Amino acid sequence: MVVERLLPSSEAEELLAVVHEICADQLAPRVDQAEADADFPRNLIHLLGQTGLLSLPFDEDDGGGGQPYEVYLQVLEEIASVWMSLAVDMSVHTLSASAMARFSSDEQRKTWLPDMLGGSQLGAYALSEPQAGSDVSAIATKAVPDGDQYVINGTKAWVSHGPHADFWLLFARTSADPKGGLSAFHVPAGTEGVTFGAPERKMGMTASTTTSVIFDEARIAADLRLGDEGQGMAIALSALDSGRLGIAACATGLAQGALDLAVGYAKERHQFGRAIGEFQGLQFLLADMSAAVEAARATYLLAARLKDADRPFSRQASIAKLVASDAAMKVTTDAVQVLGGYGYTRDFPAERYLREAKVTQIFEGTNQIQRMVIARSLLR
Amino acid sequence: MKIVVCVKYVPDATADRKFNADNTVDRVGVQGMLSELDEYAVEEALKIRDGDESGDAQVVVLTMGPADARAAILKSLQMGADSGVHIVDDAIHGSDSVGSSLLLAKAVERQGADIVLCGMASTDGSMSVIPAMLAERLGVPQVTFASEVTVDGNTVRVRRDGDAATEVIEASTPLVLSVTDQSNEPRYPSFKGIMAAKKKPVEEITLADLGVAAGDVGLEAAWTKVEAYAERPPRSAGAIVTDEDGTGANQLVEFLAAQKFV
Ligand SMILES: Cc1cc2nc3c(=O)[nH]c(=O)nc-3n(C[C@H](O)[C@H](O)[C@H](O)COP(=O)(O)OP(=O)(O)OC[C@H]3O[C@@H](n4cnc5c(N)ncnc54)[C@H](O)[C@@H]3O)c2cc1C
Ligand SMILES: Cc1cc2nc3c(=O)[nH]c(=O)nc-3n(C[C@H](O)[C@H](O)[C@H](O)COP(=O)(O)OP(=O)(O)OC[C@H]3O[C@@H](n4cnc5c(N)ncnc54)[C@H](O)[C@@H]3O)c2cc1C
Repeated sequence: MVVERLLPSSEAEELLAVVHEICADQLAPRVDQAEADADFPRNLIHLLGQTGLLSLPFDEDDGGGGQPYEVYLQVLEEIASVWMSLAVDMSVHTLSASAMARFSSDEQRKTWLPDMLGGSQLGAYALSEPQAGSDVSAIATKAVPDGDQYVINGTKAWVSHGPHADFWLLFARTSADPKGGLSAFHVPAGTEGVTFGAPERKMGMTASTTTSVIFDEARIAADLRLGDEGQGMAIALSALDSGRLGIAACATGLAQGALDLAVGYAKERHQFGRAIGEFQGLQFLLADMSAAVEAARATYLLAARLKDADRPFSRQASIAKLVASDAAMKVTTDAVQVLGGYGYTRDFPAERYLREAKVTQIFEGTNQIQRMVIARSLLR
Repeated sequence: MKIVVCVKYVPDATADRKFNADNTVDRVGVQGMLSELDEYAVEEALKIRDGDESGDAQVVVLTMGPADARAAILKSLQMGADSGVHIVDDAIHGSDSVGSSLLLAKAVERQGADIVLCGMASTDGSMSVIPAMLAERLGVPQVTFASEVTVDGNTVRVRRDGDAATEVIEASTPLVLSVTDQSNEPRYPSFKGIMAAKKKPVEEITLADLGVAAGDVGLEAAWTKVEAYAERPPRSAGAIVTDEDGTGANQLVEFLAAQKFV
């Protein structure tokens, strides 16, 4: 189904039309096989880059598209409705480039941003560690100054498209202070001393390779530090506020894809001499799925509009991530139900949608952590 | 060098297509789009322009159709064409290929073109006659159904893949060139292209601008007349070959041969 959207400009409408075309022509025919084979779609990332989709929300002066988050997120949602893991890759890239756009010196942005946003580069986000998931203050990776360089040692876990990235946004410890001791770094691919673990054998999103990234005496120039020493936590959290909106949009798109599949199936499948969509018991299931999708969309769009208006949006971003990921979980589960036994097989994408939905409740802050952020903001 | 690309705005084949009371295709009340086969013509034009060493080559897209047909120009401009010309006039309604080619030829003459690029066929009428008619009216050579194009100065060399043989032909500009869906891989508009297209000029012209009298085109002047039309009959069941005596394979091949598949 074509989603009813209120877009803020004619260029946004034209952009969504191109995205729709790319999804139908290029993504839809490839997604099943690539997910089955755990095949990272490098050439499609390249196509998204060429089309300008990897730099939409960044300033035009920096080589971005100058688009509001409201538009960028709906593009992301549209892609996720066809290919979830590709949309997540796109969201993670935006997250990874955002620190350079917001916390860099003029010198740094001039040197690095044009290429990062030019469409040929893919960024990854290296925050989590095996012992530091929800608790970022437990990060152990160290960056030690040495002349005009930093020497980095440690292991980052769970890095989405880690081995395929052209740069990593790295968070490492520059002092022992748990929260005040973190700093952010731009690490270009090809840096010596960087290796990767084996791909995680995940439940879903298999086309987006997730690996550990290992830093062993890796040296980077000191001017690749973003912001001040000790500013890392603030940078990580600010990036995550926006990143959560990306995940909310992805979750909404995934749920929309599952709903579309279920509606199509309900019209075709006959039992008791009728299309199963004619049974009220099933109609109510579909209606609830649709309500969940639309509510998720409305929630992330409000947060995005607050962000676009330069108003605080952190709580709304957490609410959006919570609501949209729970909606994705519910809607994809119900989509399997609508397809019955066929939904439980790999001949239909419903079971894949269900497997993909689960992770949206976990990454970029688990939904327990989102509730902590929301409650903290309420009780402040 | 100036390249004029003729692009057609056609009803979206996935939507419901309708006819008017006068038995013409409803081109106004339906969702339309740039004919997919014409995307190859636009792409080829952009490639020729970008490969041109003089650096002053430009691509003009030309369409004839109702007001909504501007969408076909817009998409071409988003892909990278430089400007657009839209022939729009109520009197055009009902023009057949003779009338259409007259208007397109007049508009090309008004622009002046080294290369007139067309698709191999429209996706709705699909007669494939417009390129030949244009060449005839303009008095220039036609190199049609090109699946590969090389431009070297003012020489255009193309490969044509036929059923039985492949031929290579060439001609000097000015000429009319039509390309197949094998000729290239059309690009998608980029976001920068979408933004740039908003500032590109599109000229709307009428019969008067082309010096064509209303009576020379349109339904009345058409050489063809649609008397009646019918819905496509519903799909019938396919033929089933049951192999009972070992001749199944032969029957299968006979069927395929009868349909000209082998
Ligand atoms: C597919 C995938 C891709 C990922 N991509 C990236 C990436 O690109 N970059 C990156 O840096 N990281 C990435 N991650 C890591 C992800 O962000 C972490 O998995 C997530 O933050 C949770 O950390 P953890 O797995 O260590 O769980 P833990 O923090 O160990 O949590 C385990 C459970 O305890 C709960 N819990 C923890 N603390 C509390 C508390 N205070 N109150 C209540 N409950 C609590 C959690 O909610 C959870 O249910 C990715 C993960 C996955 C699965
Ligand atoms: C407003 C309108 C009303 C019409 N009414 C009638 C009618 O009443 N009776 C009737 O018989 N036909 C009618 N037609 C159809 C019209 O005659 C045919 O579309 C025309 O003859 C072209 O033939 P074709 O589509 O087979 O193009 P082809 O010859 O298959 O097209 C080859 C190429 O020619 C170019 N081309 C074709 N048409 C156009 C165009 N309009 N603008 C720019 N480039 C073009 C494209 O590059 C295309 O790829 C109408 C068309 C229009 C636009």
